[in-house]
Amino acid sequence: MSAQGRVEGINGNLVKCRFSGAVMQNEIGYVRTEGKLLKGEVIRIKGEMAELQIFEDTKGVGRGDSVEFTGALLSAQLGPGLLGKLFDGLQNPLNRLAEEKGFFTPRGYQIPALEPSDSWDFTPKTKPGAKVLAGDLLGEVPEGQINHKIMVPFFLKGTWSVIHINPAGKYRLDQPIGELLGPEGQKHELTLSFFWPVKNAIKFYQERLAPNEPLVTQVRIVDGLFPVAKGGTYCIPGPFGAGKTVLQQITSRYAEVDVVILAACGERANEVVETIKEFPGLKDPKTGRSLMERTIIICNTSSMPVAARESSVYTAVTLGEYYRMMGLDVLLLADSTSRWAQALRERSGRLEEIPGEEAFPAYLESMIAGFYERAGRVRLRSGGLGSLTIGGTVSPAGGNFEEPVTKATLKVVGAFHALSRERSDARRFPAIDPLESWSKYQGIIPNSRRLGMSNLLKTANEIGQMMKVVGEEGTSIEDYITFLKGEFFDAAYLQQNAFDEVDAATDQDRQEEAFALSEALIKQTFIFEDKESARQYFAKLRHRYFDLNCTKRPSEAYEKGRQSILETLKKGGQDGADL
Amino acid sequence: MERIYNHILQIAGNVIMVEAEGPKFAELAEVESAHGKSLAEVIRIDGEKVYLQVFGGTAGVATNDRLQFLGHQMQVPFSGALLGRIFDGKGEPRDSGPGLKDHLIETAGPCINPATRVMPSKMIRTGIPMIDVFNSLVEAQKISIFSGSGEPHNQLLARIALQAEVDVIVLGCMGVLYDDYLFFKEELESSDAINRAVLFVHTAADPVVESLKVPDLALAVAEKFAIEGKRVLTLLTDMTNFADALKEIAIVMEQVPSNRGYPGDLYTQLAQRYEKAADFEGAGSLTLLSVTTMPAGDVTHPVPDNTGYITEGQYYLAGGRIEPFGSLSRLKQLVNKETRSDHRGLMDALIQLYAAFKEALEKRAMGFKMSPWDQKLLKYGDLFEAKLMNLEVNITLEEALDQSWAILAECFEPEETRLKTELIETYWPKAGHHGST
Repeated sequence: MSAQGRVEGINGNLVKCRFSGAVMQNEIGYVRTEGKLLKGEVIRIKGEMAELQIFEDTKGVGRGDSVEFTGALLSAQLGPGLLGKLFDGLQNPLNRLAEEKGFFTPRGYQIPALEPSDSWDFTPKTKPGAKVLAGDLLGEVPEGQINHKIMVPFFLKGTWSVIHINPAGKYRLDQPIGELLGPEGQKHELTLSFFWPVKNAIKFYQERLAPNEPLVTQVRIVDGLFPVAKGGTYCIPGPFGAGKTVLQQITSRYAEVDVVILAACGERANEVVETIKEFPGLKDPKTGRSLMERTIIICNTSSMPVAARESSVYTAVTLGEYYRMMGLDVLLLADSTSRWAQALRERSGRLEEIPGEEAFPAYLESMIAGFYERAGRVRLRSGGLGSLTIGGTVSPAGGNFEEPVTKATLKVVGAFHALSRERSDARRFPAIDPLESWSKYQGIIPNSRRLGMSNLLKTANEIGQMMKVVGEEGTSIEDYITFLKGEFFDAAYLQQNAFDEVDAATDQDRQEEAFALSEALIKQTFIFEDKESARQYFAKLRHRYFDLNCTKRPSEAYEKGRQSILETLKKGGQDGADL
Repeated sequence: MERIYNHILQIAGNVIMVEAEGPKFAELAEVESAHGKSLAEVIRIDGEKVYLQVFGGTAGVATNDRLQFLGHQMQVPFSGALLGRIFDGKGEPRDSGPGLKDHLIETAGPCINPATRVMPSKMIRTGIPMIDVFNSLVEAQKISIFSGSGEPHNQLLARIALQAEVDVIVLGCMGVLYDDYLFFKEELESSDAINRAVLFVHTAADPVVESLKVPDLALAVAEKFAIEGKRVLTLLTDMTNFADALKEIAIVMEQVPSNRGYPGDLYTQLAQRYEKAADFEGAGSLTLLSVTTMPAGDVTHPVPDNTGYITEGQYYLAGGRIEPFGSLSRLKQLVNKETRSDHRGLMDALIQLYAAFKEALEKRAMGFKMSPWDQKLLKYGDLFEAKLMNLEVNITLEEALDQSWAILAECFEPEETRLKTELIETYWPKAGHHGST
């Protein structure tokens, strides 16, 4: 029998109650107010008092309101039908909610994540008598473009044997599809979905592998200079207006993965809407099907209850791990982890914990590390490979990276894409700063060539800085040309126009070719009469690279443009005037 | 049940505490002291102890003053009769009109389900090139004017309000100078816009805490109009004063401050208000334009900083002009595709060149020789500032785009502009001398 309680105090979304019975840390409880059940999570227990953070607005809660504990942790429903959906941080399907309740999200109203009456084409992949472990394959269901694996529920411990499994056919989510016998003789009825507590990592694979396979995002500066690996982690900190969200949107569109999970955590609602409205009409670069079919959106936007922000990132990562267990490459984009950290700070403040730096709780670092550690490339027990890549944005206060969330994140991620205000002010998009960013992963461009370009950018920047002090006239023409080369590579390769149909995404093949074409220019020795003619030469050449970037490939125009650039380069600038 | 208490146990800052049974979180109460009545709101319950923030301030409140719980949360009357009226921060008339007590609606209501939102898609034309060309204002957008002190932010706000084609204007003032209040009132009255406007005004002379409810009152009314199909423009000035009131209460409540004394939930508090901006499918829309003054002109101050992360852009007002750097409208991409084919390309090219102009200025200031390219940039920058940035300029978007091409042609060769060849062929003024490619 689950515990009961009575409300004793209310401080924002923190409700203190006196309980009788046994209460578990992090268990879910409901406060009954004005005939509604407000969902909350136990976050501290002291004597006969339990404190719950309520996932909804606490207006109107009074002393003496009853509290019902459930004995269960906050869990996500895992099963077919998750793809293409829009959930809030507690996995309520927002489209269903809108159909039932209109423009607003009323409190105290929960609906199942997956519609129990939805039916799916099930094909069994096991036989009676088979010995199975949590995560083993029971059958398959086609879900959009993927083969959704129906697995032994993760919460079953030990070796179970299949008593029976239903034949192929259409089954509703609430219908049984088979039965298992447990190690202690207990029986478990199988359905197409099951629940798993979101704060526990799903680890029912064979082994975790090193992230050494590049993940192609089709963003040139990322793939070319600061690559991301399948199963790796990366973070994008940047001041507001530097283009974090646009970069995340581009990545969610063009990244070459099987499933994309967007966790909109404490950010603007309209950004989610953009995705919801645009994705159904866009095509997945890999399969040609609607992008929405590979996407799940978990959205707890900034005006939605703060406590559910935390659950939104955990729900998102749990769904990611679930699809990874099917041998898929999953990309989780969390925007923004700072809002989650702020939710922790608000909670910590209400609990009157001793504050750490900038009033963030002392356990912030370990929470962030624990979250990113759930990424990884794994070998499944079936031999297949799956990966979960996590990319998180960070919104540092004042755009200053010397703050707790950025610092804690940088400790645990494998790539750092630093967005800078200077670059976005100069409309150099994506505004990833090539001098500050780094990546530990191997990308599609061999490391030696990648470093070559990074060094050029560094040198060009030094010359640029020097030029500010000694002036153009005090700079040698050789240095000036190196400076122009750096600026050229920045403008013609690293910058990409997200709103140009062609330039927005560059596939691997094209990137390799474009990188080589830029290298050809950079390795070329040029001789110019004076700096002005050098500047004009590079301006004209840059213009031709620009046009080429916006030309469809393969096409005659593209090939012609590329050849003409190569031929021009051969001349080495001597006849630059008639370029 | 009579819920009257005569024993106030604690008075600290603008927060009082009584021991009471039964009050609900966020419930309102009325405090009656020798200096008059004031509303108060329950902000914390701890066992029998109930803490209330007193909107009228606690000056003159005595321990034996009468406190009555009202049994409801903050409400605001809603009807067409609101139009043309002026209220204070408690929702009481500030003009000579009658008090409204009917059709009370909840303030700070539930948040909008993201699934029901539609993407904003209509541009609001302002006649200001720095907005229309570079950072178009969009219906249902939430955007703030970042401004230093002494800047004409309220003038800009009023100008946009009067020029925008909307059905209802809701103005919320927090801690504004009395002169500014009169300015808004006169501007609205002189153009007849007052008949489609509702004002909630809290001036610098009123008790600080009273400003806390202004955004909620204004937004509740605006939202209701929008649901009824009206296109509503909500103006909130100045959100920094609102944040300062939050800070005051947080410190009295002994909350751990996060950054420069502001409470840790500042972001959430601001976001909950700004996120009321929305385009309702099949109904109206709520556009939210606010003013955020930056103390000491510092954009990294917690209030503008948090606001920047919440709003869909900001207009950065400095030196009486909207600065192209720092200003941003995130929704411009939704509307500037359909305006004219050169709009986007031109916008980027103009800014990149203006950035280069700024660098040239720096070089010149350090005494370096200006190269021919620098000379071109200097000429360009001057024209750009005079013909586009100047807030006196009041021209349509199309006129502003034509103006831009003329400026470019006067200063540069076509390929120096980084514009796509296609655009240059269509729009480059033919009369000007044409470079060779």
